[in-house]
Amino acid sequence: MKEIVILSGKGGAGKTSLTAALAALAENAVLCDADVDAADLHLLLAPETRERHDFVGGGKAHIDVERCSRCGKCLEMCRFAAISQDLRVDDLACEGCGVCAWFCPEQAVELREHLCGEWFISHTRFGMMAHAALGVAEENSGRLVSLIRREAAALAKRQGQDLLITDGPPGVGCPVIACLAGAALVVMVVEPTVSGRHDMARLMALTRHFRVPTALVINKSDINAEMSAAIVVEAAQNSIQLLGHVAFSPLFTRAMLAAQTIIEYAPASEPARAIQEIWRKLVTIIASQSATLPMSPPR
Amino acid sequence: MNICLASGKGGTGKTTIAVNLAASLDRPVHFLDCDVEEPNAHLFLDLAWRGEESVSVAVPEIDPARCNACRKCLEICRFRALTLIKGKMLTFPELCHGCGGCQLVCPEGAVSDGKRLLGRLRFGDWRHITFTGGESRVGEAMSPPLIRAVKGQAKESELTIIDAPPGTSCPMITALRGVDFAVMVTEPTPFGLHDLRLAVAAARRLALPIGLVVNRAGIGDERLADFARAENIPILLEIPFDREIAAICSRGQLLVEALPVWRREFQRLFWRIERLCQGLDAA
Repeated sequence: MKEIVILSGKGGAGKTSLTAALAALAENAVLCDADVDAADLHLLLAPETRERHDFVGGGKAHIDVERCSRCGKCLEMCRFAAISQDLRVDDLACEGCGVCAWFCPEQAVELREHLCGEWFISHTRFGMMAHAALGVAEENSGRLVSLIRREAAALAKRQGQDLLITDGPPGVGCPVIACLAGAALVVMVVEPTVSGRHDMARLMALTRHFRVPTALVINKSDINAEMSAAIVVEAAQNSIQLLGHVAFSPLFTRAMLAAQTIIEYAPASEPARAIQEIWRKLVTIIASQSATLPMSPPR
Repeated sequence: MNICLASGKGGTGKTTIAVNLAASLDRPVHFLDCDVEEPNAHLFLDLAWRGEESVSVAVPEIDPARCNACRKCLEICRFRALTLIKGKMLTFPELCHGCGGCQLVCPEGAVSDGKRLLGRLRFGDWRHITFTGGESRVGEAMSPPLIRAVKGQAKESELTIIDAPPGTSCPMITALRGVDFAVMVTEPTPFGLHDLRLAVAAARRLALPIGLVVNRAGIGDERLADFARAENIPILLEIPFDREIAAICSRGQLLVEALPVWRREFQRLFWRIERLCQGLDAA
């Protein structure tokens, strides 16, 4: 089983629209939405949930006011300023390190696990999909990303399917790093803007650091043709293969409004044809990779 | 007054709105770029850089001469940032959250504060804008401490404009908490609306007043306007989708410079935010 992860650095570059289009073109692929704190792939793929599971977070400090002698030791030791002067825990600041619980002389503090989100195994018209919803204002997004990718890979294995297509989150931080271990190929979706180019450089540095093969799609390429050309040169200098250009098209928004992929909504359109060409190149690249890297073990 | 530009979905135009809002003003403003994973605001401002500073988190450093492998540090660490192999304590600094537990619990005083580089702060100036931007080290997973460091540069009395990271989890919350007003930047598409709902829920959890900027107005449908009405969130500014605007932004130009009619619109946006912060009508 091999996994293609769609990333972009900068948000709004078109990761989800591209992922959904690839899902429509792929046969025998399992799909994974790893953008767990702002997941959108389900809006195009209309998954029917088959399994629903809780995602439980590492714990937040809870002070038992009956036992608490108000000595203030917890307040003094917390490096995250998560305990207020009146000895209340701020859940949004608490990292769940447990230092307060360990040192409380009255044993009045305990760490309570809490529900941080949910994850799902669902059926879509293009195959099975693993996806998740992190609760609003929750942490551990990296852990949930690792979990959902592991589940998606297990699902692919059970179904005897050899490709996993993962829609990744924006940025280069914790949830993106959690998308890289074991990925066969990262597809960067980049828009030709100063911001898109700047963020691509950081994403390239990240995938190089983790030694994940990387390819490039330029989306909305005609918004700034000069910038598109500069991005192609920069990618080539970094040995990154160009998969293709997709021109700006209002069809993407229209397809989204119809809850369809661009492949279904406008199969003969220029952007749909461009993505078909990208897909053909992707298949070749994936097929030419010899060994499949194992998934990393859970943390 | 602290104004934070946020959104659930990425790429809706947070940075565009933030830099143009700051540039449109006739008064000093401190701009804080808290999108430390993908900082872009500096690309739109012709900053004279003043300096930089690195930001680190304290991670354990173990003195093997003192460590007697008692395992106390292993017991307290909830992030598996330490392990004992063949009687020797090893650390995984990239997993450490910097709680200091191992150091506090070590009976031999064998643990001291080492450093893991999180990224850097950069300082600059352009006209009336004082700029502080965070930039995470590529490969670093944890961004909230660096975001807190950026926000720590603001002075109480200043007007600050904060460019937040996308999403609704810890980095976004870290940027948003403690501000006076959250401006949600969105687009009228199903993705934009879906992620806006989450971002609004996050801002509500922090009990923040919220206003909306609709970017690329006209490309989608009416559901966003319906949501704003139902949730009683004022729409403070609408920017239509326009290829010329897209091209201007793609080159890193300010809208308020390239198309001066927008200066007024952004000044009006600021006026409305100020009125709403004071609990006044901003129609």
